[in-house]
Amino acid sequence: MSAPTEHEHHIVGPKTYGLILLALLVLTATTTGAAFINMGVFSPIVALGIACLKAVLVILFFMHIRYSSKVMMLTVGAGFFTFLVLITMTLSDYISRNWGLW
Amino acid sequence: MDSQAIVTGHADPHEGHEEHPAYLRHHFVTVEQQRETASFGMWLFLLTEIMFFGGLFMAYLLYRNWYYDAFVASSNTLGIGLGTTNTGVLILSSFTMAMGVYSAETRNRKGLLTSLSLTICLGLVFLGIKTIEYHDKYTEHHIPGASFSVEDFVHPTDKRDVPLAPDMAQHAQLFFFLYFAMTGMHALHMIIGISILFVLLYQAYHGAYIDGHTSTIDNFGLYWHFVDIVWIFLFPLLYLISRHPLK
Amino acid sequence: MSTIVSLPNQEEAQLPKLSYLNSEYGLKSWLLTADHKRIAMLYLISITFFFFIGGAFAGMIRLELLTPLPDLVASDTYNKLFTMHGIIMVFLFLVPSVPATVGNFVIPIMVGAKDLAFPKINLLSWYLYVAGACFLLYALFNGGVDTGWTFTTPLSTHYVNTHVITGAMGVFIAGFSSIFTGLNFIVTIHRMRCPGMTWFRLPLFCWSNYAASLLMVLGTPVLAITLVLVMLERAVGIGVFDPTKGGDPLLFQHLFWFYSHPAVYIMILPGMGVISEVISTFSRKRVFGYTAVAFSSVAIAVFGFFVWAHHMFIMGVSNYSALVFSLLTMLVAVPSAIKIFNWAATLYKGSITFETPMLYAFGFMGLFTIGGLTGVFLGSLGMDIHLTETYFIVAHFHFVMVGGMLMAYLSGVHFWWPKMTGRMYPESMSQLAAVTTFIGFILTFFPQFIVGYLGMPRRYHAYPPEFQVLNVLSTAGATVLGIGYLLPMLYMPWSLKYGKIAGSNPWQATGLEWQIQSPPLTENFVDIPIMDHEAYDYDWLAHKTEHEVTTVG
Repeated sequence: MSAPTEHEHHIVGPKTYGLILLALLVLTATTTGAAFINMGVFSPIVALGIACLKAVLVILFFMHIRYSSKVMMLTVGAGFFTFLVLITMTLSDYISRNWGLW
Repeated sequence: MDSQAIVTGHADPHEGHEEHPAYLRHHFVTVEQQRETASFGMWLFLLTEIMFFGGLFMAYLLYRNWYYDAFVASSNTLGIGLGTTNTGVLILSSFTMAMGVYSAETRNRKGLLTSLSLTICLGLVFLGIKTIEYHDKYTEHHIPGASFSVEDFVHPTDKRDVPLAPDMAQHAQLFFFLYFAMTGMHALHMIIGISILFVLLYQAYHGAYIDGHTSTIDNFGLYWHFVDIVWIFLFPLLYLISRHPLK
Repeated sequence: MSTIVSLPNQEEAQLPKLSYLNSEYGLKSWLLTADHKRIAMLYLISITFFFFIGGAFAGMIRLELLTPLPDLVASDTYNKLFTMHGIIMVFLFLVPSVPATVGNFVIPIMVGAKDLAFPKINLLSWYLYVAGACFLLYALFNGGVDTGWTFTTPLSTHYVNTHVITGAMGVFIAGFSSIFTGLNFIVTIHRMRCPGMTWFRLPLFCWSNYAASLLMVLGTPVLAITLVLVMLERAVGIGVFDPTKGGDPLLFQHLFWFYSHPAVYIMILPGMGVISEVISTFSRKRVFGYTAVAFSSVAIAVFGFFVWAHHMFIMGVSNYSALVFSLLTMLVAVPSAIKIFNWAATLYKGSITFETPMLYAFGFMGLFTIGGLTGVFLGSLGMDIHLTETYFIVAHFHFVMVGGMLMAYLSGVHFWWPKMTGRMYPESMSQLAAVTTFIGFILTFFPQFIVGYLGMPRRYHAYPPEFQVLNVLSTAGATVLGIGYLLPMLYMPWSLKYGKIAGSNPWQATGLEWQIQSPPLTENFVDIPIMDHEAYDYDWLAHKTEHEVTTVG
């Protein structure tokens, strides 16, 4: 009797965790510093971009997705996809309200 | 033709059992299946949390767009030093939690206890700083509702701040409502997490989680990292909306 | 090609000595059970209870609408009647109906597992359901909620003084019940399939419930946070949904319908799963186009997330946005239609018999098709302006939810009743109930299409006298419908003691659940099965029955 397909259990070590910690702290300092620079319309883009990068690092390494099965990656993707659908399709209404009569 | 199968139950449920760890539940076939199932379940729960916070993010995005000036002015009243420190504290706690998972997997009891304790401490530091920030909002009359005062926005003390019109200043209440709702919901998740950490610490002290059954620590780690990720997004959205450029 | 298999001689069937029903005794063994089958039974009793409360409100609504004047109840009371009817029927009956009862019972067995992935969370689900229901009962006994089941703002946040917070809390808690059930199903179907049970050998019932579970897990949390915002807003009054304070009521509606549209697919998909099983069994034929039906279930779930603003066409969304949502609404009808065509093709040249589950399934196919088509009319922007907020909408959703989903639920309960209890229900009585329900349903809801098209608004208890005839027809139909629903309440409990013994496979169906005893053992299988044939393989069943061995001891 065969067991269901299983994924190899990979143990992530302190060195990886330490590097990611460092990266996250540097990115935090960067985003705070960037807030004081006037980049016009790019300010929120940079801020959110850095936040996304930090989130990706946490998900891939602290949460082990880098070493997980495709199903897990798909699951995480599905979650963020649905979140994006909520945001973008709702915003599509608000953004297009003032586009004028048609 | 009789198509009915007549079966009898096993006399002794443990008769003829192969060797398996005590923590393998009977509806699972292997330990690996149990571990992966538990992990999948926790990830699905985190998906629900993404969508839960998602609604708040949507409300925030809309009103930031509609009342940008009020949001800028309100954001500037939040302490950037405290906010950045808190972000660092939470990231550090994510690191200590990840080290806790590593300790459990390498069956290192002392490491596990240290990591869990550090995570609890850092979590409490985060909540402490949050309390200070909430108190500041209270004293500055920025809590939305009856005690809210538009004074700071209509007549700002800092010369670089642009005074807001009274009706726009009223919309600062929307910012603070969302600030308290989002950070409050986040803090609630932190409190629940820290409570669970105390339980895990107690259990680890009495020998749990270093016998190969690391699922609970793994999956709690996922939860803790998720709470960290929520803050990673809350921080720039709430604290970093267009600060005044340094001279 | 269909294989004709004769039904077994039921006189020889015997009840097994040991089953999940008598493996343990006592109230505690039921209230603290981890057995998915017992939890399914707990749910069955609970949701039936709330179905009749919701039905009582419907009865009151129809009584009021017998006359054009608002003469039976006060306007505020009427608001409470349709609100509580909606909330109870949607959240306490339809959403958990098939998944929590039939799904909980049958899915682990269908995949070849001994239980769901998380049995204790399954029990927690039931307790959350009960807790949410208690909050709603409390709100009910203290005067009810009158905002409509849609909690529209700023009415619900600023302008009514009923128990909105308690009601919202009840729905919030019941929502988590739904989330945990869906989570359990997804993990079970992914990870607990027995050896040989590939995705494409799963019964289509599993595919449908899997799709519905995706919606439960991803959609329900948005409802949760929306209700939290409504509760906070009621408590603090900042104006997050109040236009006079700079808020946008449409933000509430976007967030609310982001869940509530997928919710209708949460409600119907498990029912469609039942229909796949029933139509195949009573045509003695494999479901036509298995892959198409499986993928269209998932397609309905995915597309269901993209269409919510069709509930908001007249509310002030931008024209461009309305255009996009209308187009997507047309697209989401396609996978549903694919399923109907596939079921029809399954029937073609099948060996059809007319047992009660099949009668309900036929009812479903006709009524759901009508309801679904009227949904397409409503998705068309021009039509919607005329038809929205009228009785046309009320008829539309009752056709899909009651003519569709409720019939599918009854079909499923009757189909799996022998498996769950070991007894057959009385066939003639149940066929009478099915026909009564069908006739009553059409009499109740078809006039509502007409009266809605003619302009009668929904949620009003006064209407122009020229609509009275149609309303009287509708109320008469509701009486017949009520009788149709009461009959199972009489003969199902009767069957527990006096029904014929069912045996393990009274319908000669394929599927792992029909190869074990009725009622099943607590652990479902003595040994984990190995799946070596495709789904709906009637040749395999005929071959197996020929070589059946009875083992004793």
